Amino acid sequence: MAEIAVSVDGVKYADHVEPRMLLVHYLREIVGKTGTPIGCDTSNCGACTVLLNGESVKSCAVLAVQADGTEITTIEGMANGGLHPLQEAFHAEHALQCGYCTPGMIIAASDLLRENPHPSDEEIRAGLEGNLCRCTGYENIVRAVRRAAAAGVSA
Amino acid sequence: MTAQTDAIEAPAPEFGRARLRKEDERLITGQTNWTDNIRLPGMLHVAFLRSPYAHARITAVDVSAARSEPGVIAAYSGADFAAEQGSLPCAWPVTPDIVIPAHPPMATDEVRYAGEAVACVVARDRYAAADALNAIEVDYEPLPPVLDIRTALNEDSPKVHEAGNKSFEWPFSNGDLAAAFTGAPVVLERYYRQQRLIPAAMEPRSVVCSCVGGEFTLWSATQIPHVLRVMLALVTGIPEQNIRVIAPDVGGGFGSKLQVTAEEVLALLIARKLGRPVKWTETRSEGNATVHHGRDQWQRIRIAAERDGRIRGLDVDLLADMGAYLMLVTPGVPLLGAFMFPAIYKMDAYSFKCTGVFTTKMPTDAYRGAGRPEATFAIERIMDDLAAELGLDPLELRERNWIKHEEFPYTTIAGLTYDSGNYEAATARARELFDYDGLRREQERRRASNDPVQLGIGVSTFTEMCGLAPSRVLGSLAYGAGGWEQASIRMLPTGKVEVVTGSSAHGQGHETAWSQIVADQLGVPFEDIRVLHGDTQVSPKGMDTYGSRSLAVGGMALVSACDKVVEKAKVIAAAMMEASADDLEWSPGRFSVRGDPDQGVTIAEIALATFAAHNLPDGVEPTIDADATYDPDNFSFPHGTHLCATEVDTETGFVKIRSYVCVDDIGTVVNPLIVEGQVHGGLAQGIAQALYEEAVYDDDGNLVTTTLADYLVPSAVDLPSYVTDRTESPAANRLGVKGVGEAGTIASTPAVVNAIVDALRPWGIDDITMPCTPERVWRALQTARGGDQASAAEQHAARQSDQTQGNSPQGIDGGVA
Repeated sequence: MAEIAVSVDGVKYADHVEPRMLLVHYLREIVGKTGTPIGCDTSNCGACTVLLNGESVKSCAVLAVQADGTEITTIEGMANGGLHPLQEAFHAEHALQCGYCTPGMIIAASDLLRENPHPSDEEIRAGLEGNLCRCTGYENIVRAVRRAAAAGVSA
Repeated sequence: MTAQTDAIEAPAPEFGRARLRKEDERLITGQTNWTDNIRLPGMLHVAFLRSPYAHARITAVDVSAARSEPGVIAAYSGADFAAEQGSLPCAWPVTPDIVIPAHPPMATDEVRYAGEAVACVVARDRYAAADALNAIEVDYEPLPPVLDIRTALNEDSPKVHEAGNKSFEWPFSNGDLAAAFTGAPVVLERYYRQQRLIPAAMEPRSVVCSCVGGEFTLWSATQIPHVLRVMLALVTGIPEQNIRVIAPDVGGGFGSKLQVTAEEVLALLIARKLGRPVKWTETRSEGNATVHHGRDQWQRIRIAAERDGRIRGLDVDLLADMGAYLMLVTPGVPLLGAFMFPAIYKMDAYSFKCTGVFTTKMPTDAYRGAGRPEATFAIERIMDDLAAELGLDPLELRERNWIKHEEFPYTTIAGLTYDSGNYEAATARARELFDYDGLRREQERRRASNDPVQLGIGVSTFTEMCGLAPSRVLGSLAYGAGGWEQASIRMLPTGKVEVVTGSSAHGQGHETAWSQIVADQLGVPFEDIRVLHGDTQVSPKGMDTYGSRSLAVGGMALVSACDKVVEKAKVIAAAMMEASADDLEWSPGRFSVRGDPDQGVTIAEIALATFAAHNLPDGVEPTIDADATYDPDNFSFPHGTHLCATEVDTETGFVKIRSYVCVDDIGTVVNPLIVEGQVHGGLAQGIAQALYEEAVYDDDGNLVTTTLADYLVPSAVDLPSYVTDRTESPAANRLGVKGVGEAGTIASTPAVVNAIVDALRPWGIDDITMPCTPERVWRALQTARGGDQASAAEQHAARQSDQTQGNSPQGIDGGVA
C-alpha cells in the first residue's frame, strides 16, 4: 500500500492505496466521487476525464499514486455553487441524452476553452476527439461549446 | 367552494415547445445514479472467467484454488448453477419448427462463442475478484468454429448445436412473383453485406442484486425492467412477486440493453447463494465480446422493373447470423425487416425468405433499427442501381414508384397499412435544402475535369415501422408478449401530479416530454409534474422502451389516463359547484358551468377536495387518480428523405461527407429539441455503419475488435454537421405522433453508401462493402483501373460470384442476372 495526499474538488484526502489502483477507481470507490464514470478500459472514450492540476486527463489512464500531491477537479467540483457556464450550455443546447459521456465531455471542453477561448467548429471537434458520445452525434455538443465560448468561459 | 376567477387564461400549450430537459440537472452535475454507483452494505464483487475458444468442450473446471485467494468469498463453475440457472429466454419463436437451443447462463459442457462465461469469482472488491480468476483451471477440448453463414449450412460444416446450424426458415410472399420477373425488361440482382455491429452504449452493463429474506432487488443497466422481471421469474423459478427490478439512470441502450443477460440471472443466483448483495460491472472489452451484436446478414435482392422504372416485383433472400444462441428477440429481428423491403414503393409482387443460421459467435439481437436498417439499406441501394441502369435520376425513379400522398392510407404489398405520409413534400424540402441541382452540376464538372476528388450524391427515401406494436399483430408473428403500454396519473392533494409510466427511458427525455403531454391534458404547469419510471415497485406494469415505441404507445397511454382523471374529476367538480355534471365544460385545468365561465373549479382545487373527501357524492370514491393501458391498432410509419454528398478522394480512397440533409416526417412533435437530438444521434450511428464500424472475428472465432481502439465508434471529427428539417403528416392517433428514435439510423446508412458509389460509377463500381474504409474504396478503384471498363465489369462479376460461393444449399444460387 502507498500513501497519497490529494485535493479533490477542494477537499484534502490522505489515503493508503494499492500502487496499481487507477485514479478513477480511487475517485469513485475511495473518495466517493461517482460523478466520474468509466466507459472503457483503453482510455479511448474519455468518460472518466478529470482535471489534474488544471489539465484534463483520463483518470483511467492515471494511477492513484501518480496523482499524489495534485489538485483534482471532477464534474462535481466544476461550479462554485450553481452551474458552470459549460454545464449551462450543455443543458441549453440539449448536448446530452443519456448523459454518460457528459462529465468527461464537459471537463474536456473546459480544458479546450482554456487553451483556445474562441475555437472554430473544426477546432471544437478536434479538441473533443478523445471523448466519445454515442447519443448526440456531436452536433449539439459543438453548439454547446460554441455557446460557452461566446459567453467567455475561459475568462 | 368556487374559484376566484381573476382573468383565467388557458396556459400556452406545451405540445410542440422546445422545453429544456428536466433530466439534465443531475446528469451535468455528476449526481447521476448509474448502477455501478450503487454501494450496498456488505456488497461483494463478481468477476467472470470467459472462454478463450469460440467452440470447445469443457472437460474440467477447477475453482478450488481461487477460493483460497485473498479476499475471495466464493468461486463457482457452471456445475454449481446447473440445477437452478435454467436457460436464457428467447421470446420470439418465429416458426413452429424453429430450433431454440438450451442457453445456460454459465456454460457447463460446451462453449459456443469466445467470451461465454465458464466460471466466476465473488470477492471483497473488483481487483481481488479479477486477480483470483487466474487461479481457476479450465480444460478445454477445442472444436472447430463455425464462422461463415454462407457455408454453415453445407453438409460438411461443423455443427454449432446437435440439431445443426439452421434455426429457422421464414417465408412471406404476396402477388405473382414469377409473372413479375418473367419477361421483365430490366432485372437486377445484388448481394449486399450487412456487417456485424457492436451497439457500444457508453455505459457498460452493470448489475447489482440483493437478496433479503427471499426477496430480491435487482438493479440493472437495462432498457426493460418489466420484461426482465417476468423473465427472471420464469428462468429461475423465483416467484415474480419476490423480484423487484430497478433500472436507475441508464447510459444508453440502442437495443443492447433490451436483453435478459447471463450476468443478470447469475447475479440473482449468487446473491441467493451467499445472502449478500453482489455487483458485477463489465469492462469494455468484456462488453464488446458479450453484449449482443447487431445486423450481420447476407442479402440477395432481385428487382424486376419496366423500362420506365416502374417496379414489377421484388425478391429477397436473407441469411441472418443468429450467433451461437437465440436470445430475447434474436430470430425476430430480420423479420421486422421482412415488411420493410418494399419500403415506400408500389409493386405487383414481393417474395421474402429469411434463414436464421447458427455460428460460434456472440448472438445477435436488436440494435437501433433492428431489421429495418438492413431492409432499407438493400432496397435503397438497389433503387440507386436501378436508376443508374435505366439512366434515370434516382429521385425521379423513386417518385415514379412511391405511394402518392393522396393514396394514404395505403396497404403495401407486404401487408402493412401506412396511415399517413407525404413523400413528395419531404423530398421537395430536402432537395431545396441540399441544393440538389447545384450539387449535380458540380458533380458533372468534377467528372469532366477528372478531378481527383469526385463528388457523389446519395439518396435514401426511407420509411420504417415502429411504435411496437399492436398486441394482436405481435401474436400473429409468434412474439411472446403484447405491445401495450401503461400509464398512471396520481393527483396529489397540493395540486401537483405524479405520472407513472411503463416506458423506461435511458436518454430519451421522457421525464420532460411526458410532463409536456400531461401538462396540456390536465392544464397543470409543466413544473408541477414529476415522471416516475424504471422501478417495478413504483411502476408495476410496463412494456419498456425499444422499437421507437415510447411516445407512440406510452404517450398515448398517458392521454388515456388523463381522460379518465378528467372524467372522475368532473363528478366531484359538479358536486363542488352544486351543478349538474352535464352542465360542466372542461378547458385544460378547469371545469366551469356552461354559460357562466366565471363559476369554476380548478383541477388543483378538485384534487384537494378529493383528498379531504368531506363532501363527495354518495358512492364516489375519494380519488381522481387513474390508470390506463393503451394497445395501438397500428404500427407507426415515420418517413423522410435523406440526401448525402460525399467527396471521395480517388487517390487515397478517403471519403469525406461534404453535406448531409434530412427531412423527416415523424408526425406531430411534442418537443422539437428532443426530436432533433434523436435524429442527430440516429444519423451518427447509421453513418458509423456506412464508414467505420465492424465487429471482426479472426479465423479461430476470436473477436478482434474488443476495444474502442479497434471498434471505431466515431468521434466528433469523424462526423459531419447535419442539416435537419421536418414535414408533418400527422399519424392516425390522437396526438398525431410517430416514433423517431431509430429513423436516423435506418435512413442514413444507404444515403452514405449510395453517395460513395455514385462518386465511383464512372469506374464501373456499383458496390463497396461496409464499412467503406479508405482501403476498400482504394482497392475497388485499383481493381477498376486494372483495365478498361469491360475488365472492371468482369472483376465485379467475379467479386459477386466470390461473395456467393457456398450459397446453393440455402437456395441462393449465385447466378447474376
